[in-house]
Formats: sequence, C-alpha cells, structure tokens
Amino acid sequence: MTKPDTEAALADVIKSATGPLSVRGGGTRGMSGGYAPLETGGLSGISLYEPGALTIVAGAGTPLSDIDAALAAENQRLAFEPMDHRKLLGTTGTPTLGGVISANISGPRRIQGGAARDYALGVRFVDGAGNIIKNGGRVMKNVTGYDLVKLMCGSCGTLGVLTEVSLKVLPVPETSGTLMLRNLSNRDAVEVMSAAMGSPYEVTGAAHCAKILDDAPITALRVEGFEASVAYRLEKLRTMFSDRKTDMEIVPQEMSDWFWEGVRDAGKFSEAEGDVWRVSCKPSDGPALEAASEAEECFCDWGGGLIWFRTRSGSDLRAKLGSFDGHATLVRASAETKSKLGTFQPEAPGVARLSAGLRQRFDPRGILNTGLMGHE
Amino acid sequence: MEMPIPDQAILARKSRVVERLRAVLPVDAVISEVSETRAYECDALTAYKCPPMVAVLPSSTQEVSDVLRICHEEGVPVVPRGSGTSLAGGALPTADCVILGVARMNDVLDTDYANRVIRVQTGRTNLSVTGAVEENGFFYAPDPSSQLACAIAGNIAMNSGGAHCLKYGVTTNNLMGVTMVMMDGEVVEIGGAHMDSGGLDLLGLICGSEGQLGVVTEATLRILPKPEGARPVLMGFDDNEVAGACVSDIIKAGVLPVAIEFMDRPCIEATEAFAQAGYPMCEALLIVEVEGSEAEIDHQLSLIMEIARRHNPVELRESTSADESARIWLGRKSAFGAMGQINDYMCLDGTIPVSSLPFVLRRISEMSEQFGLKVGNVFHAGDGNMHPLILFDANKPGDLELCEEFGAEILKLCVEAGGCLTGEHGVGIEKRDLMSYQYAPEDLEAQMAVKDVFDPQWLLNPAKVFPLDVSASRRSLPVAAE
Repeated sequence: MTKPDTEAALADVIKSATGPLSVRGGGTRGMSGGYAPLETGGLSGISLYEPGALTIVAGAGTPLSDIDAALAAENQRLAFEPMDHRKLLGTTGTPTLGGVISANISGPRRIQGGAARDYALGVRFVDGAGNIIKNGGRVMKNVTGYDLVKLMCGSCGTLGVLTEVSLKVLPVPETSGTLMLRNLSNRDAVEVMSAAMGSPYEVTGAAHCAKILDDAPITALRVEGFEASVAYRLEKLRTMFSDRKTDMEIVPQEMSDWFWEGVRDAGKFSEAEGDVWRVSCKPSDGPALEAASEAEECFCDWGGGLIWFRTRSGSDLRAKLGSFDGHATLVRASAETKSKLGTFQPEAPGVARLSAGLRQRFDPRGILNTGLMGHE
Repeated sequence: MEMPIPDQAILARKSRVVERLRAVLPVDAVISEVSETRAYECDALTAYKCPPMVAVLPSSTQEVSDVLRICHEEGVPVVPRGSGTSLAGGALPTADCVILGVARMNDVLDTDYANRVIRVQTGRTNLSVTGAVEENGFFYAPDPSSQLACAIAGNIAMNSGGAHCLKYGVTTNNLMGVTMVMMDGEVVEIGGAHMDSGGLDLLGLICGSEGQLGVVTEATLRILPKPEGARPVLMGFDDNEVAGACVSDIIKAGVLPVAIEFMDRPCIEATEAFAQAGYPMCEALLIVEVEGSEAEIDHQLSLIMEIARRHNPVELRESTSADESARIWLGRKSAFGAMGQINDYMCLDGTIPVSSLPFVLRRISEMSEQFGLKVGNVFHAGDGNMHPLILFDANKPGDLELCEEFGAEILKLCVEAGGCLTGEHGVGIEKRDLMSYQYAPEDLEAQMAVKDVFDPQWLLNPAKVFPLDVSASRRSLPVAAE
C-alpha cells in the first residue's frame, strides 16, 4: 500500500508506477478496483477556511467529518449533501473530500442547490504522467481558461489524482421541515413533485418512496430557511395540494432530517439483497422507466429525476430501460456483474471518443483506476 | 494586441471556399464582400478590429455541420460568434477566418414546465429565453448585463454570470445539455433534460471553453420559478473597507441575498450625473437584494439592515415600492453607460476573495494615481467579481496602451490576492497573454491537451485564451487542405 504524504511524493509514485493503480480516498464508495492501492489519506488537512467568503480549501485526503466539523463550528455546511455509501455498500473507513469530489457525490439537495461539481471552485491534481496541475482557484466566479475542475469532478480518479480541493460552502439554515403526502401513485407523485419544484416556495428536497414509516407510499417535500418562512412555505405547499384528497402531514426538523438522511444514503436498500442502480432521468419519464425496470423495488429523489432501483443480482437494468434521456450507474453489485455490465452507462460513440481521447491525454499509460469508466 | 499573421495560402483559396460554402447555404447566408464582412470586424472590445475573410449565417445544426466540415477540409480557421457582445475579444476575427454567426438560429424548440427545462437554438438572446417562459411564472437565471443582446451561444462559450449568480449560479450551473458540432462536422449530443453526467463531465468542460472545442447549436437550459417577490436595500458608507466588512458580515450571518452590488465614489458620481438615480454621495454604496414572500423579505432585510447599522452607514434606504426598487437598480444598471459618457473605458473582470476587497481597492486607487488614469469600481461584491472601469481617451496617442498596461497590473493584483483574471467575461484576446501569470506551463498544457482532443488541428477560434507563443506549435500544425 502506498500512502504519500505530500503532493510531490504522490507525483513520484505515479511517475514510477509500472502498472495500474487503484486510487483510494476512504475506500467507502466501492470505486477502487483490485490494483495496487494508492491512498490519498496522507494529503489531509484544512489549509484555508474563510466563513465570510464561503470558501474552504483542504487536502483531498481530508476526512469529510473534519470538514463537516469545521464548517459546523461556523454554522456552515456542504450544501450538496453528499451521500454516505457505507451502509449501502457495507464498507468501512472514512469518506474523504477527494472521494466526494472525484465521484461528484450529491444528495437530495442537488435538485435545488446543485451538485458537488457546482460547489467545486478549484483543484490540484496529479495526472497519469505525474504532472502536478492546478485549475480554478478559491473564488466563486472564475472563467480563466478551461474548467478542468468540472472535468475532474466525476472523473473518478481516471484522469488524475486529486491532491487539493477548494469548495464553496453555505450557511446552515435556521430550520427545515417536510410536507409528507400519503398514498400517491408514482405518476401522481411525480406530478406533485414537479408542481412543488415549479412553485416559488424553494423546495430543497422532493422524494417519493414506499415502506419507510409503514406500507403507505410517502411523497416528501422539504423546505429550509428561517423559521417563520419555513412554516409559511410548507403551509402554502399543503394548500397547493389540498384538492388531491390525500393525507398530508408537516413533520418538524428532527424527523425531517432523519427521513432525508435515509433518502440520501438509499437506506431503504441497505439491508436488502440484490444489486442497486442509480438512474438519472427526466422526471416525467420516471414512471415509465419504473414500469419497464422489472426491479424488485425502487424509490425516487430529485423530484423524480433520480431513481434508485434494487434488482435481482446480475440483471441488466440498462437493457430493460432501453434508450432514454439519462443514464444508469451500477452502484452495488458483485465484482463479476460490475465487470460484465460496467459501472457507468456506455456513452454514444461520438461522446465515447471524446472521453477516450481525454483519458488518453491525461493518463497516457492507462494506469489510473484502469477500466472503471468505459471499457477501453 | 498581437494576432497571428494571416495565412496567405488560405486567402488565396478564398473564392473556392466561398463557392463551397454557397453550395450548402442559402445565398444570403454567405457574406464575402469586403464592404459587408466589416460588420463582423469586432465585438464589444472595439479597440481591436479585423474583417474576416468570410462570414456565414447558418440556420440549422445541419448547416453548421456543413460549414465546419468544409472549413475543416479546407484548413480554414473558424471563429464562432453569438451576438458579438464579448468584452474580451472572444469573437474577434482574423483576416483568414470564417466567422460563423449563430444569430439566425434563435428558435425555442421545446418548453417543458413539468421538468423545468427549455430547449433553444443558441442564437437566441439571453433575455428572450426568460421572455419565452415568464408568462408561466418562470425565468432563466443567469443575467449578464448585456442580456438584452447577448446570445446563449456566447453565454455558454464564456460561462457568463450576472448580478444574481450569488444565489442562482452562472451559466454552467444552469446548463443541462447541448448539441454541439465538432470542427470536422460531426454532431454530438451531450447531457439532456436529466441531471449530471453518467461519464466524464464534458458539458462542464464545454461551458466556458470560448468556442474553441465545438460550435454549440442547441442548448437545454434549466428554468426556475419566479420568486414571490424581491426587494433591494441601498446602503452608503464613507469608507470602502467598512463596506467590504459589511458584505462579509452579511454573508457570515447566514442570510443569502440574491445580489450584493458595490459601487465606489467615482462610479456613483458618474451614474448620478447620467441617470439621476438619487444615490447618496459617499465612498461606497451597496445594493443588497433579497427574495421571497413579503414577510420573508421583511425578515431578511431587517437582519441585513441591523448588520449594516453596526457599520455606521451614511445612508440606509429600504425600497418601499416597485418604483423605488427600479430606481435603486437604475444607477447600477446604467453604470457602464454613465462611465462611457465621460470617456472611453476599459472594463476589467478580475475576481478576488471577498476578504481582500479593502486591500485591492486601496491598491487600485494608488495605481490610478501612478498611471494618471481614473478608475471607477462597480462589482458583484458577494462573490468578489470586480469590474474596475479604467477611463482613457482613445484619440490620445498612447492612452490605450497605458490603459492596457494599467489593466494588466490590476489583473495581476487580483491573482496575487488569491483571485483570478476573469470572473465572467472570459479570456479572449484581452487576457490571453496574462494567462501565464495565473497558470504554470503544465497547467496551460493540460488545458491545451483538451483542445487537442476536440479540435486536433486548432482551427476553432485558435488565437484566443492561450498566449500566442505558448500555442504557436499547435496552431501551425499542417492542415488537411492541399
């Protein structure tokens, strides 16, 4: 195991590597393959935090819990609400900043506040040839040259190994609450969520799942902000749907937080057998995709734009869904299934060529997380 | 500003290139007469002009593809152009190029309120995207100052921002998918009405690539429901640093305004003379706007004003009517026009960490005396995106060069303070040669490697973004023609 404690040492490791490396932050997200592990945990620590500028800069190997604690002390947070994969995947270890950013991990608030990639302001990384490269910076608006920050965010370590990340952070709202609607069909739920997201009440979470509290499906709409405003907006939303003749209940922050943590971490599937897929789609396509999926179980987040499927082990969900506006990622499966079906949705030929071209330029020897994205 | 020497071999092929373009485009879509190509000789960075060899105005993705395929085969550089409002020279032609204007491609292709997206052709102007959905209570969030004229194509090329991006983000945060034509004519679809990429984030890479990776002909944009209401408060301070500290305290307090705009004395004086917005005469003025229901606005503004009072403002004026709100914004929105009344100006766009604001403003005013050129500062304070306006006289020999030298010093100062050369205007030709100041050679090499992948022969907008000496070997690669 290699765990360099400086950027320069990490660059040396990559330069002198003779075969594929599995890049590991905390190793909690099931992304590292079976090659020689290259750990980023040595590149840890917050180097700058300016609450008044809403910016934090830290080493890629910094445990997310350290970031959360520093932010919480100033009543701020990572607004993109990154998922914790440990329960779902049965992994141990500590999620790191670099892992979150390199895999672009975002939770329920992505629907309104944006994804991890929308909060990443700057990166430093070492590419597959051992070059140390920086892009972006620590200011919120920056169009100086190409946006390699976005490219790195979501590249899952296949283009380079992150060494440092700067992020935009946001204040923690005073409170939050959730309106729960019961017994809606999938189709009605998507309609309700779309209407809520299209309202001016700034819904920061919109999910639909069955069997959370009891057997009845629940559609949940979250609102955050100042106390009076949250109460006002939840009431407005309740009024919007009063003609639906469904049970509605407004739940306070504590229960709301518990519920959304479950949605964020796909907690519903952590105890159940089978493969787990994450499908990004156009919300209105959701019900048809669910019908086509032949899945054991599913629930949706992002107003219907993110569907979590639990399928029988080894079944090819992508084949069942066919062609649609979106993509399916295989989050939990045996190594065999992952290798057979691929973690990521195959890209259209033109796009695949561009992606392969970029990988060839940033990792000419093909040694970084080899084969994780694309089947080259 | 140095530009590459036009390629005589290309100029010699002009008639053949024109003939081939005429074969794939309507007769009025190929402009080759010198008297007519002059209309495309510059963008909003008017200090630099050069008529293109040919200008084309395609009406569809297919026509764009045909044009690019021909130019690729002929080895002719192509400079894409939206509405030509770039302040950085992003659409400045070279004498041997084909200007590809997307102005005729301005249709709305699909509005989808349930999924909150709109699909448009990219020649459509920014404000008319909102225009297409506002009756239904929606809007398109990025709002660059030029939004009445600027095209979505240019917004995507430059990753444009605006006054309200503190809350809503910039173009890249509101762009969901594109149809893009590659330099060889191949059409690729990237993203769509769904969120996030299933592979590498090519969309994020394309946004802000200044028309160097492909020509984006259609875009899927996120539209948002209009807030119930919005209201600004105006505050005046007798010290820049105090105003800067007030901005930081507002942000720290957990209130998130949609906009925090800052103007300094020279700018306040100019806009008052021009627009009579009723601004107080003071060293620094802030416009802070919040959104929500009436009660929410009251609550947020009361918190903001309480913070402001702790900084001893010389003026604190909460808008009480739509009319008053419009007047508060009037001065800010006319700031550039007002400065233009006084003299020619150069508008800079550096971004700094908000905490460095007082230091940077003090240094700019010292440099202003050294260079003997006046500067007005107007900027988006919430995100540190400055817009120093340097006044100069274009008719006075040497003044433009002096102004550029001063501008370069200000941008270097922004980088030294931990910021960057450009927050929302783009590099273009204007900041091209300063890139080496912000980035090390290997940083630029990594960016150029991206262009190598998308446009191996460096035919798309080749003389922009990267210092000419740095990109020279790539731009002189042998081309396909002959």
